[in-house]
Amino acid sequence: MAQAAASTKRGLGTTERRDLWWVEPLAVGLGLLGFITYATWAAFQGNHYSFGPYISPFYSPEVFGDSQHSWFGPVPAWWPAFLPFSPALLILWAPGGFRLTCYYYRGSYYKALWADPPACAVGEPRGGYRGERSFPLIIQNVHRYFLYLAVLFLFFLAYDVWKALWFTDAAGAVHFGIGVGTIVLAVNVILLGSYALGCHSMRHLIGGRHDELKNAIFGRNCYNCVTVLNRNHMRWAWFSLFWVAFSDVYVRLCSMGVWTDWRII
Amino acid sequence: MASATFSIWRGTAEQGKFFNYTTEISEGMVVLDAVHKIQAEQANDLAVRWNCKAGKCGSCSAEINGMPRLMCMTRLNQLPLERPVTIEPMKSFPLIKDLVTDVSWNFRVKKQIKQFKPRPPDVPDGSWRMQQEDVDRVQEFRKCIECFLCQDVCHVLREHHKHEEFIGPRFFVYVAALEMHPLDMENRVEELAKAKGIGYCNITKCCTKVCPESITITDNAIIPLKERVVDEFYDPIKRLFRRLRR
Repeated sequence: MAQAAASTKRGLGTTERRDLWWVEPLAVGLGLLGFITYATWAAFQGNHYSFGPYISPFYSPEVFGDSQHSWFGPVPAWWPAFLPFSPALLILWAPGGFRLTCYYYRGSYYKALWADPPACAVGEPRGGYRGERSFPLIIQNVHRYFLYLAVLFLFFLAYDVWKALWFTDAAGAVHFGIGVGTIVLAVNVILLGSYALGCHSMRHLIGGRHDELKNAIFGRNCYNCVTVLNRNHMRWAWFSLFWVAFSDVYVRLCSMGVWTDWRII
Repeated sequence: MASATFSIWRGTAEQGKFFNYTTEISEGMVVLDAVHKIQAEQANDLAVRWNCKAGKCGSCSAEINGMPRLMCMTRLNQLPLERPVTIEPMKSFPLIKDLVTDVSWNFRVKKQIKQFKPRPPDVPDGSWRMQQEDVDRVQEFRKCIECFLCQDVCHVLREHHKHEEFIGPRFFVYVAALEMHPLDMENRVEELAKAKGIGYCNITKCCTKVCPESITITDNAIIPLKERVVDEFYDPIKRLFRRLRR
């Protein structure tokens, strides 16, 4: 029998854990920061966001802009000159807010970016703690309103896929077709749909708020479908995050002439 | 026969240390077996709480290599044995001696939660009619063995000691089992938001990770309760509709 040091220490990273507990928060932090950096850069570019019938999901719906996808034409004259303009800046707050307030991402970035806690059973850097019951984090309760917007955006993105099926040839005639970009945008909608429709707030609103599922708004089968998606919410969150960025990269590089969009049909 | 070294926390709330014990181990042993062997052969006064040795009584909760786990359900072949295996008492509760903590706070909290209040019987014979699917939803919560590992790992209790303002994941599961029950008529949402401190939970899912019964604590109990709190307090449109309906 031998004596060893006492375990009374507290503070950031203090733990008796032997596994690589820091790998997950590090990977999550790098993934989130990488996405935020790229999305911010892409949003401020204001160019190369459309190619033929394709539009980058970062820029859709294009309320004002120069591409053929624009709803109301180019940037309006009343837009203040001192404000930078990009069609993405008008809309990205909505999907961004949805992800920012998402239950999965909240748990992840509290750990990865705020060390609150850095990992399970690992010491924290701060003594005080207010959680989500007071300002500013009480604002996270707005999540369901961002969900409504996210569902609306799914319709816009699905419409973009529909438009991505119609190609204009050199003579100006419009033909049905499927390009790699069409598939990229379609996969994007599927992944974003699986993420948004499997959201915890959706699960609550679609039926979870009732003690008896017969009262669920679209029936118990609908609630069960959302529950199935919700079980893999983390995976859908990451797949959709990666793919939405990749969709922008694809459209951008095609538009810049770096990549060629192969036509399948 | 192979041997392994266990670094076991010995002491009281006032003072304590890790003591290393080397003992023989054999195939199929769990951590609790090793602790019993050490207790029998080297440390007769080692305090350890245990009962069923089958992962059902929830007595032998401890921290093994820093993670809250049941000693009786942690097989030695799951652990790296090159270095001493650390065994500590749970950190969210007052230490009594060695590996034994005072978990009575949990029982006091449980008594403060509003009891099950069924609606009047559905039929004259005094019975009720429920859909199996509705009961299945809360059945998961009834698997809880009250080992309090979720309470131990929860940083709100473990690091921030909010025992007076926050009931912890175990009791959110308990409230969810009552609140989502198809027969229950009681409303616990207001006290969840205020006295029970559900807003302190920041959804790190550590409770779900350590649950030996694999209860999906965060996704199926805490978040649905948080959403019910949002319905009641933070959704202006719902509040407006409620006001108009009155």
